[in-house]
Amino acid sequence: MVIGGKRMEKIIMQSTRDFYGKTLVELGKENKNIIVLDADLSASTRTSLFQKEFPDRFFNCGISEANMMGIAAGLALSGKIVFVSSFAMFATLRPYEQIRNSIASQNLNVKIVASHAGISVGEDGLSHQTIEDIAILRVMPNMNIFVPADAISTNKIVKEAVRINGPVYIRLSRPKTPLIYDENYEFIRGKATFIKDSIKADVGFIACGNMVFEAIRASNLLEREGYSTIIADFASIKPIDKEAIVKIGKSSRLVVTLEEHSIIGGLGGAVCEVLSEEYPTKVLRIGIMDVFGESGSPEALFKHYGLTSEEVYKKVIKFLK
Amino acid sequence: MVVDIEFLEEKARQIRIEIVKMLTNAGSGHTGGSLSATDIVTALYFYKMKHNPKNPQWKERDRFVLSKGHAAPVLYAALALSGYFDKSLLNSLRKLGSPLQGHPCCKNLPGVEVSTGSLGQGLSVACGMALGLRLSGINSRVYCLLGDGELQEGQVWEAIMAIAHFKLDNLCLFVDNNGLQIDGLISDVMNIYPIKEKFEAFNWNVIEINGNDLEEIEKSVNFFHSNIGSGKPTAVIAKTVKGKCISFMENKAEWHGVAPTKEEALKALDELGCVQDLDEWLSEESVWKR
Repeated sequence: MVIGGKRMEKIIMQSTRDFYGKTLVELGKENKNIIVLDADLSASTRTSLFQKEFPDRFFNCGISEANMMGIAAGLALSGKIVFVSSFAMFATLRPYEQIRNSIASQNLNVKIVASHAGISVGEDGLSHQTIEDIAILRVMPNMNIFVPADAISTNKIVKEAVRINGPVYIRLSRPKTPLIYDENYEFIRGKATFIKDSIKADVGFIACGNMVFEAIRASNLLEREGYSTIIADFASIKPIDKEAIVKIGKSSRLVVTLEEHSIIGGLGGAVCEVLSEEYPTKVLRIGIMDVFGESGSPEALFKHYGLTSEEVYKKVIKFLK
Repeated sequence: MVVDIEFLEEKARQIRIEIVKMLTNAGSGHTGGSLSATDIVTALYFYKMKHNPKNPQWKERDRFVLSKGHAAPVLYAALALSGYFDKSLLNSLRKLGSPLQGHPCCKNLPGVEVSTGSLGQGLSVACGMALGLRLSGINSRVYCLLGDGELQEGQVWEAIMAIAHFKLDNLCLFVDNNGLQIDGLISDVMNIYPIKEKFEAFNWNVIEINGNDLEEIEKSVNFFHSNIGSGKPTAVIAKTVKGKCISFMENKAEWHGVAPTKEEALKALDELGCVQDLDEWLSEESVWKR
C-alpha cells in the first residue's frame, strides 16, 4: 500500500471512536473544566471511558438530545468546556434548532462529537445513516466543522477543539479506519493537509473522513494507468482552506470531491462554492447522490453507493477519457 | 430582611410603565405576557435575588433565565431599573443596532444571562447552569421563568425530568400561568392541566400561588429556600392575569403579541397612575441613535 508516495508495510485499522474516548480521558486529566454529556450511547461513542475515570464530570442525559444541548449551553455559560456525544443523527438533526438557538447563537464552548455518521453505520439502516449533518451545520454561523480521517487525526482534532473558543462539530464513524498519519500529523483549523502534492496533475482529490483512504487507493489505481494525482485531506470543512482549493483547481485537470455525505451542501458543495467564485473549474462530486441509505454491511453499502476506491476510479476515468 | 411590599408594588408599577412605554415606542412586541410576569420578576430582582448590577459577571450571583423570551420587555425594565444600564436605552427596543433585541440576546446587554426566545429551551439551559454551579461549589440559585403555553414543548418535560434526576434543589422554576396563548385558552389549544400534579409526579416540590400577589411570591421563594438541601427542585405554579393592571388588556389573548397604539398607551399609563403627556414623552425620549 502506498500512501502519498510512502510505502506502508501493512494497513493498521483503528477506531476513531476509541481514540476520541481515550483523548477525552487525557484532556480530563489536564483540565478539570471539561464536562462530558451523552444521551444513552456512552458505550458506543466511547464517552464511557471518560465516565469511568471522572464519574463526577460525566452526565448521562438519557434519550433526550434536545435537553442535552440545553444543559450543555448552561454548563458552558457557567464556564465549563462541554463535550456532547451521541450518534450523528441524534447529535445534529434531532436537536438542530437547540444547537442553533441555545449554543451557536451565543458562541458557546460546546463541542459536539458525533459517532456513527454516514452510511457506514451499516445494518441499522437509513434512520441512523446521517448524510446531511455537514450541510446543515455548515450554514450555521459560528460553527466549526471537522471530519478526521483516522484515529491519530481524531486525537489531534479533539485536542484542538478545546483550544477553540466556541462551538465545534466533530464527525466520526462507526467502523475502524485505516491509519493514515503518524504522530507528526498536525491539525490546523482552516488548513488542508496535502497527502500528495504536485503543481500539475490530472486529478485533484479533495476528501474528508474515511474517504481520504479511498482517495489514496483510487490515486494508486490511477497512477498505475499513468495519471497523476493530488490528494488533500480537508478535515477542516468549516472554516475551509480556500487557498488550497484554488491551488488544487489551478493544478488539476479535474477536481474530485469525496465524502461519505450527500453531494449537496457538504464538502463537495463547499468546494464548488469556492471554485465558482474564485477559479471556475470542472468538479466531480462523489458522495451520496441525494438518496437515503439502507441496511447492509458497510463494505456492501460503500460499493453500492459508489464510494469504494474502485468505484471512484471508474467514475474518474470516465471523466478523464 | 423584612419584605417591604409597598416598595415592591411601586417597583412593579414602574416596571409596567416602562413596559407600556417601550412597547409603544417599538411599535411591536409582547405586552400581555410581560405584564403578567411583572410581579414575579420584580420580587426576584428587587428583593430575592442576589445580584450586582455593577458587576454583572459576579460569580456568586443568582441566575435568572427568561425562558419565555418574548416577555423581554419585563426583563429589560427590571434590568434598567436595577441599574444594569441607562433607562434611556429602553427606547431602543427592537430597533436596528440596539442591544435590546426583540427576544433577549446576552451578547451586548449586561444582565441577560442567556439568549432565549425559541420556546422550550430555557429550562434545559437553567438545568445546565444549576449543574455547573454545583460542580464549581458555588451556592447560587437559578431561577427560571416559563410561560404556561410553553409547557406544551416536549423539551420542557425532558428538562423537568433531568432537573429532578440530577437533584438540582438549587433551581426554582416559575410557571407564569396566565391561561392564555396566542391562539386562545391554553385549555382549548392544547390542554396542559393539571400542572401541579404533573410536577409532583416528576418528583418536584410544588407550590401554587397568585403570581400577581407580591406577598405570595415572596412566600413561594421562601418555600424554595427551605427546599434547598432536600434534593428536590422547586416549581412555583403562579396563577397570573395576562395584561395585568391594564383593564382593557386583562385576560385577552389578542394582547399576546401586539404593542399599544399611542392612544392605548396613554390610557394604560393613566391606569398605572403615570401622569404624563404622551407627546411630550415621545418627543423627549423616543429618539434613539446608534
